[in-house]
Amino acid sequence: MSMNLEREKATLPKTQVADAKSTNLSKMLFAATVISMLVSLYFIFIFAAEEKSMHAAQKIFYFHVSSAWLAFMAFFVTFVFSILFLIKRKRIFDTYAYVSAEIGVVFTIIVLTTGPIWARSAWNTWWVWEPRLITTLILFFIYIAYIMIRQMDGVWDKKARLSAVFGIIGFADVPIVFFAIRWWQTKFHPIVFGDGPSQKGGGIEDTMLAALLITITSFTILYSYLLYKGVSFENMRMKVEQYKEKLREKMEN
Amino acid sequence: MNLYRTALFLAKKDLYSELKTKQILTTQIIFAGLVIVVFSFAFDPANNTTKAVIPGVIWVIIVFAGILGLNRSFISEQRNDTIQGLLVAPMEAQSIYLGKFLANFAMMLVVELVSIPFLFLLFDFKFLGSLPYFILTIFLGSFGFIAIGTFLAALAANSKSSEMLLPLLLFPITTPILIGVVQATKIILSNMEKLSSAIAWIQLVTAYDVIFFVVCFLLIDYVLEV
Repeated sequence: MSMNLEREKATLPKTQVADAKSTNLSKMLFAATVISMLVSLYFIFIFAAEEKSMHAAQKIFYFHVSSAWLAFMAFFVTFVFSILFLIKRKRIFDTYAYVSAEIGVVFTIIVLTTGPIWARSAWNTWWVWEPRLITTLILFFIYIAYIMIRQMDGVWDKKARLSAVFGIIGFADVPIVFFAIRWWQTKFHPIVFGDGPSQKGGGIEDTMLAALLITITSFTILYSYLLYKGVSFENMRMKVEQYKEKLREKMEN
Repeated sequence: MNLYRTALFLAKKDLYSELKTKQILTTQIIFAGLVIVVFSFAFDPANNTTKAVIPGVIWVIIVFAGILGLNRSFISEQRNDTIQGLLVAPMEAQSIYLGKFLANFAMMLVVELVSIPFLFLLFDFKFLGSLPYFILTIFLGSFGFIAIGTFLAALAANSKSSEMLLPLLLFPITTPILIGVVQATKIILSNMEKLSSAIAWIQLVTAYDVIFFVVCFLLIDYVLEV
């Protein structure tokens, strides 16, 4: 079965029109990313009010939260496309799942580096063993394991199947990370949205909220651009493999 | 009913071959003993504060001894080329998983039954908590660990370097279980006044166990597919 799927050449011929359209989309996404990033920089550094006790160091908060949001979203996309792959068995779903997981890992690393920088100025320590930090670190390790399954030897559809299964299982940690601060009521991570368990913490100033929402939006656009680029790179790689295979066959005969 | 009967057959087969060779169980128990020895160097058993590390040591033993058994359960089938036989046999993939799970779980319980009293004895640990709760915690923790472990061992067995891959897959996924049971064990062994929070941890672990057992049950078809 795997051999048949490997030789499947349905994706090879592609019209010029589609190519032109896709480059346009890529350019548009890129432009949107740049513009929204500049807008969010303005909102973060000029528009948003400065925090009382942490001053400028608090600005990292916007990038931190947005990266965390992006990573969660990326892992959710992996989860959805893993399920779709197991049902439909189309290679494109697998590619989407893989690229999304890679982006998620990169942004988890960003979360895990901006976190300590912020923590150093806010809590006066680089790292504490606190539920959300632990669960985020675990999340990072889970998706490292996911990528390691990808590096396994064997044909693509087997690897795709196994990593889809792992992508579904591994996603269980994402809700845990999100609810960790609500379940264990830690003193370090504030609950920004909603009133929090104690009903007195939390809350965020309006200008800050605006900056945060704009940054999250621009990160979402960045994500769609990265996903789009990554998938087209993967497709190119596959195409090159197929051409190589063709050439090899020709030379052998 | 067929599912459970074939699963029991499979578990019986695994345990019988284990009884013949005594390969895994001996290794696991010797390994558990070695862990205890190493910890006796690291933490002086005569020291009173050492009692605080006992809950952690129990789970270190279970986790690492468990990995040894889990690694073997599917690789031995692969080495002997019997995995194809299992797959073409007239039974569902679920019963292969269930059978392997039962065999691993039974072996794990034997290891715990031997090594935990041994640990208490050597570290001169006075048991203050309640025994039923302690057994329940150990049971639930091992259940979740072995359930996820058997599933991921089946997944990792597809790779040539599965011995290396399995711990990398298994530890992150099972960490929530391990955190929960270590906390619960700590409370149950030393501080029975906080039993309610131990029960909360146990509930969390139980929920995790149930969710993952069901998910593994549903997804094992895709893992064992040729």
